[in-house]
Amino acid sequence: MFVTRRMLTLVLTLFFVIVLTFLAFRIIPGNPAHAILGMEASPEQVAELEQKLGIGGPLHQQFFSWISGVIQFDFGQSLRFSEPVLGLIASRLPVTFSLAIMSLLLTIIVAVPLGIAAARARGKAVDLIISIGTQLGLAIPSFWSGIMLILIFGLLLKWFSVSTYVPWSENIWLSLKSLTLPAIALAIPQIAIVVRYLRTTMLEQIGEDYVRTARSKGLKNSSVYYRHVLKNALIPVITVVGVNFGEILAGSLVIEQVFTLPGMGRLLITAIGSRDFPLVQGMVLLIALIVITVNFIVDLSYRWLNPKIR
Amino acid sequence: MKPIHHSKTPRYLLQLTIALLVLAVLAACAGDNKGNNGVTPSANPPTAPGEADKKDDTPAEGGRIEGGNAVVIVPQDPDYLDPHLAVAAGTTEIMFNVFEGLLKPNEKGELYPAIAESYEITPDGLVYSFKLRSGVKFHNGNPVKAEDVKYSYDKLAGTDTGKPLNNAFASVAGIEAPDESTVVIKLKENNSSFLTALTAAVIPKNYADSNTKPIGTGPFKFKEYLPGQRLVVEKNENYYVSGIPALDKVEFRIIPDQEAAFLTLKTGEADIYPRIGTEKLEELGDSFQAVSGPQNLVQVLVYNIAKKPFDDIRVRQAINHAINKDELIQGVAIGRGIKIGSNLSPIMQQYFQEGLEDLHAYDVEKAKTLLAEAGHADDISIKLSVPSNYAFHVSTAEVIAQQLSKVGIKVTIEPVEWAVWLERIYKGRDYEATIIGFDGKLNPYDILNKYLSDSPNNLFNYNSPEFDKALKATVTEVDAAKRTELFKQAQTTLAKEAAAVYIMDPYLNVALKPKLGGYKQYPLYVQDLSIVYWTK
Repeated sequence: MFVTRRMLTLVLTLFFVIVLTFLAFRIIPGNPAHAILGMEASPEQVAELEQKLGIGGPLHQQFFSWISGVIQFDFGQSLRFSEPVLGLIASRLPVTFSLAIMSLLLTIIVAVPLGIAAARARGKAVDLIISIGTQLGLAIPSFWSGIMLILIFGLLLKWFSVSTYVPWSENIWLSLKSLTLPAIALAIPQIAIVVRYLRTTMLEQIGEDYVRTARSKGLKNSSVYYRHVLKNALIPVITVVGVNFGEILAGSLVIEQVFTLPGMGRLLITAIGSRDFPLVQGMVLLIALIVITVNFIVDLSYRWLNPKIR
Repeated sequence: MKPIHHSKTPRYLLQLTIALLVLAVLAACAGDNKGNNGVTPSANPPTAPGEADKKDDTPAEGGRIEGGNAVVIVPQDPDYLDPHLAVAAGTTEIMFNVFEGLLKPNEKGELYPAIAESYEITPDGLVYSFKLRSGVKFHNGNPVKAEDVKYSYDKLAGTDTGKPLNNAFASVAGIEAPDESTVVIKLKENNSSFLTALTAAVIPKNYADSNTKPIGTGPFKFKEYLPGQRLVVEKNENYYVSGIPALDKVEFRIIPDQEAAFLTLKTGEADIYPRIGTEKLEELGDSFQAVSGPQNLVQVLVYNIAKKPFDDIRVRQAINHAINKDELIQGVAIGRGIKIGSNLSPIMQQYFQEGLEDLHAYDVEKAKTLLAEAGHADDISIKLSVPSNYAFHVSTAEVIAQQLSKVGIKVTIEPVEWAVWLERIYKGRDYEATIIGFDGKLNPYDILNKYLSDSPNNLFNYNSPEFDKALKATVTEVDAAKRTELFKQAQTTLAKEAAAVYIMDPYLNVALKPKLGGYKQYPLYVQDLSIVYWTK
């Protein structure tokens, strides 16, 4: 019952996203034929290209022909690159996905120990330092920290390459090297959020009755933390991480520009700049689908982890 | 972000600082490689850049190395790989290395025979006969025959469809290939600039895959194109100029973000960064070599003459007097720019009318008087719409706003996205004022024709019978000296009638790794990698 209801809202949300992007791009000024041909084109060339691109005709007709294509997994041709939209997305998706997964892993690996440390050292120097660190992490925009990382690790120390992207399939080590800095830049604000969240939930849990019971059983402090408190404190953290996945995707749009990674973000920005309607619609639909699905999975796992909600 | 405290700083200084901080992108707009009219009054016939090199340059110190790869940063994707569909300047910039026509421009902007070996034009200017160079091969290994040329140019002239793909070919009456190495082109009427059209690409006859696997005759052959990432070309081993190219492979890396492009260069992952901003160039210091020079780009402040108060010539002149071009060149281009007075850069020596840059010299009092005479002493406010992707124009706008405020003109700056600029301002002419750069063509007619009253690209809404008459006369004028005179007349008319404010030709800056040699700037929107080589 729950799953079907969620599925229904999922489809509805997607539909609204589609309609909104479709309309938004028809309302804003700018013509793809002009954008492709630039200043040199004659009016005849523009008219001919418009006809070739099939961007004339009434709105509802354009909309329905696009939707019926999508249902058959045909997202149409990109206007800017004269290539199928799906193929373009497929070539970019792995980049953004690797980046998102990597920064998500980084977030968890770094944030969980820090969050625990902050909770355990509540009020002490360590807690204060972590708190200042997270404050900074939240305040610094990722594009700036990205540029700083390039300056320090790319230019000064020359540890990482800065703009040469290598796919996983070619060389795992080089690929890791090309993605590490952007993943860190993306992860910094996420780490800050998760650390703060984890610290709060842990401190909440410590005040609960079951902790007192565990302590009175004679359990050591550390096993109380790791076996009982952390397990319960992590449940809300998973939700936060899930929600943040969307934010990481959004952040990668910016960070891909800074690190010149050939991912979805750069493609989307090019597509918007050149008014490549089919490409933008295809990408927005896909990104929305990914974010909604991830949230859906998080919802499910949340129920699974916390039987009380079922 | 750091807060900016400007309570005590004059606004002007703040704006200059902003101007300095933003990365200057020059070279707005598009351009195609139409050469000059071929009538080059010079004792030596024009030659290919590499050939000239062999004659007058001793090899660079350290010695030239054959082979090696180079990475060149370009800001955008090509529009089409098919040379007969491509219109955008960014495409020509890259594909100049892949395609050639019967003729080709060199770094001085002169046309020299490429696929053709020699040519003759009948005295009435109606029949052009070309002898093809022997041994020229396409990248697929096939020799270039007259019928390939006929096929390519028939396509551009629209012989079958009746609709020319390229307007420069509109005057073609017919193309014939009497034998394998002769091409004869007949024109409907004399057209003094027709030779420049023959720089258009020649492709193999009936070749249909030009947009995915382009095949040309140039010094490099196309290898691969990954949208948004890179376009790679490889050495053409069979190129007919010996010793060219030196490089084995060139990657054009597509990096739209200027900051990212700069970092890529600094980390050493790119070798050549054309059109780098002036401040960035200074920041590089001695670790890179810099080539900097006028680029045949005309930066203008355009006002919409169809709108009040710009229909009044006194207002237009006042604005011209109120703008301090020297300050703009120092402040925005950091001294790297040449002052101009009409819509032609001094780089077009032969046709350039001197002395116009100070026709409306900087004079605040005179500007005020003119405005008062026109009855607009204090009531003009202008919305200045600038394409936001060109930081250089945006910075210029900031300084201009400041300068105009001194004569009582209030300026509001409206940043406009490039796609919107093209549609609303350039094609729709719905604006009050804007700043843009008109660029690199070798034929002055192609540069000036946008001021013709019936031109579709006349965004100025400029209408001058005097100008129309002079410029239209250049088309059929056979006498070179008289033609030049007409072009100069046209420029003078533009300046006198204050058709726009002609600001400067900002220099094109190119940063190169110190060990690269041979690089030459063209007065066109191209990067010629065939003459570039590594040194020891």
